[in-house]
Amino acid sequence: MTAPTTHAPQPTTHKNMTMVAAINDALDIALAADDTVHIFGEDVGVMGGVFRATDGLQAKHGQERVFDTPLAEAAIVGMGIGMGLAGLKPIAEIQFAGFLYPALDQILSHLGRYRHRTRSRYHLPMVIRAPYGGGVHTPEQHADSPEAILAHTPGVKVVIPSTPADAKGLLLSAINDPDPVFFFEAIKLYRSIKEDVPTGDYRVPIGKARIVTQGDDVTVICYGGMVEVAHKAAAAAHAAGIGVEVIDLRTLVPMDTDTIITSVAKTGRAIIVTEAPRTAGFHSEIAAIIAEEAIEHLRAPIIRVTGFDAPYPPFTAVEDVYRPNPLRVAKAIRQVMDY
Amino acid sequence: MVQCLAPDGSVVREDLLPDPGTRLELYRQMRRARHFDERGWVLYRQGRLGVFPPFGGMEASQVGTAAALTKNDWLFPTYRDTGAALTLGLPIARTLAYWRTSPHGWHMPADLKVLPFYIPIATQYPQAVGAALAERRQGTRNVAMAFIGDGGSSEGDFHEALNFAGALNAPCVFILQNNGWAISVPTRAQTRATDLSRRADGYGIPGVRVDGNDALATYHVTREAVERARDGGGPTLIETVTYRVKPHTVADDPSRYRSEADTAGWDAKDPVTRLRTHLLNAGLMTEASEADLLAEIAAEFEAALAEADSYPEPTPAEILDHVFAEPTPQLKKQRAEILAEHAQNGTQSSKEQA
Ligand SMILES: Cc1ncc(C[n+]2csc(CCOP(=O)(O)OP(=O)(O)O)c2C)c(N)n1
Repeated sequence: MTAPTTHAPQPTTHKNMTMVAAINDALDIALAADDTVHIFGEDVGVMGGVFRATDGLQAKHGQERVFDTPLAEAAIVGMGIGMGLAGLKPIAEIQFAGFLYPALDQILSHLGRYRHRTRSRYHLPMVIRAPYGGGVHTPEQHADSPEAILAHTPGVKVVIPSTPADAKGLLLSAINDPDPVFFFEAIKLYRSIKEDVPTGDYRVPIGKARIVTQGDDVTVICYGGMVEVAHKAAAAAHAAGIGVEVIDLRTLVPMDTDTIITSVAKTGRAIIVTEAPRTAGFHSEIAAIIAEEAIEHLRAPIIRVTGFDAPYPPFTAVEDVYRPNPLRVAKAIRQVMDY
Repeated sequence: MVQCLAPDGSVVREDLLPDPGTRLELYRQMRRARHFDERGWVLYRQGRLGVFPPFGGMEASQVGTAAALTKNDWLFPTYRDTGAALTLGLPIARTLAYWRTSPHGWHMPADLKVLPFYIPIATQYPQAVGAALAERRQGTRNVAMAFIGDGGSSEGDFHEALNFAGALNAPCVFILQNNGWAISVPTRAQTRATDLSRRADGYGIPGVRVDGNDALATYHVTREAVERARDGGGPTLIETVTYRVKPHTVADDPSRYRSEADTAGWDAKDPVTRLRTHLLNAGLMTEASEADLLAEIAAEFEAALAEADSYPEPTPAEILDHVFAEPTPQLKKQRAEILAEHAQNGTQSSKEQA
């Protein structure tokens, strides 16, 4: 099996950067390339965002293109919908994914169905960026992983990068996508990893998974903040002679089912890792797809390694219990191997 | 704007002065709140408190308002309103525990109707309307008080709540603390409105603008609003005009978005100093009696800190407690998983130990 790679031309120059810098770079490029692009949200202007993802962009591109809004998520999304209808490319930041909830009516009632309800007369090329996930000891509600709610909303795409280069390439694809895209950024990864990121208008296609490590024994499917966790478990398993194929989904909607099925057909074992609560999560969708399309290949039950069916705990002392770690993934690997 | 004491402590509205005992009690509560804020910074730097949002400089806005309530009333505080919660009687130890990210800070005392600090913005406003209505339905004279910031007053929930409260005549007192900033966004960029108390007009309810650094004034207007609500007169919106002299949280760097010039002058309006000068001038307090008070407050805090230090850390399976009255089969299975995984540490849920 060869790993699917991007269709983008091989870039010639690179720059070593963190994920948050790569996101900033993508936004900068999009603002420079297309003057319909507008960035807005709480604290994104003067301050450059609470995570500095929009740092310096207002100074460079002006207060009309990068601006602070009042504090109201429903209006941020609703206004973005209107901007998109009228020909702009809105990029909204929701300060933390756990504060998306006031905007859910705009998202569920409108963002996802505008194309459908106007028979494509109107479409919404909107991007909504939202930091998500745990691992950095944030207060209550700041560590939520609400991606399944969005994935369950027809008409919106859901992208969750796990590396700086992917963050840049996927974000530029999202901005240039004709449909609304939710772009979740794992807070834990913003500054914890650095890698060479292609300079210029670099794109990674939406809807193509990435094979992180290849292996013949177990398939581990994950995305966002869980990729490095799965990768650590896979490295340990490799050392013990077990071949683990880690698939970074990159995009939940549309999902790269082919890469999953091809891998599971080869390994016969599937583990899905996510930090969202267990019941009715997106991981269950992945398990269902494997059950539907690859059951004859399975040599062990599909295992989900997830958060728990409780609100994400903001209790520093036990936060790590909730969020899957490499040991939990390693245990799942042993379980499917021993079945 | 209603004011009772000028920034220099002189009386500008003799008729609004509460009785001497109340004035002294307000001072005591402001000092307790300030002590918490000041010690909080030190404890944070020592790694003994988590990230918390300071409120120093906003004591009159929080204490003067919450002091108008009794223990039968409801308090819906935001993360910024530690001072208000302490005033109504939330124990210091519990409050420290909350900002230490300990579940012990989530156990609200049974004799208080104070909710845990609200992290998502504005959601508490409609809830306060519901609590207020429920009190009235049950024939009590109890009221609900909810806090919000200038930024929070842009959220839809704020407007829906004011409208509901007016239409349904809910005994609610809405405190809008206008402290000048929503993280990096100044009030002038938040809204074109310059007098936020007038937002009440749109909902047909009284709106009052008060000097939020004047504890006697905030107490006076809030008491009026509380009494009106108790007597069936419905809700009031009170805008306390104050300033967030400190950073948004202890981890924030305000130099990214505001200059010293923005903040200049606010120290001279300090609410604690203002009431202190008044009490000394009026002969209600002496430097000696104040020293006794401060010593008492410091001792109370250290005792509470020791109590908070004695709270055990949560155990792993505890993260699954309190999701439902009866854990679902899924939660029971997940608890077993956690216990098995952490068995080598000998850890157990505190509930099971009890
Ligand atoms: C619904 C929601 N959106 C965003 C946030 C993130 N956030 C936390 S504090 C804050 C600013 C609040 O300003 P204001 O209401 O004026 O209150 P202050 O902090 O000044 O007391 C923001 C945007 C949040 N907690 N909840």
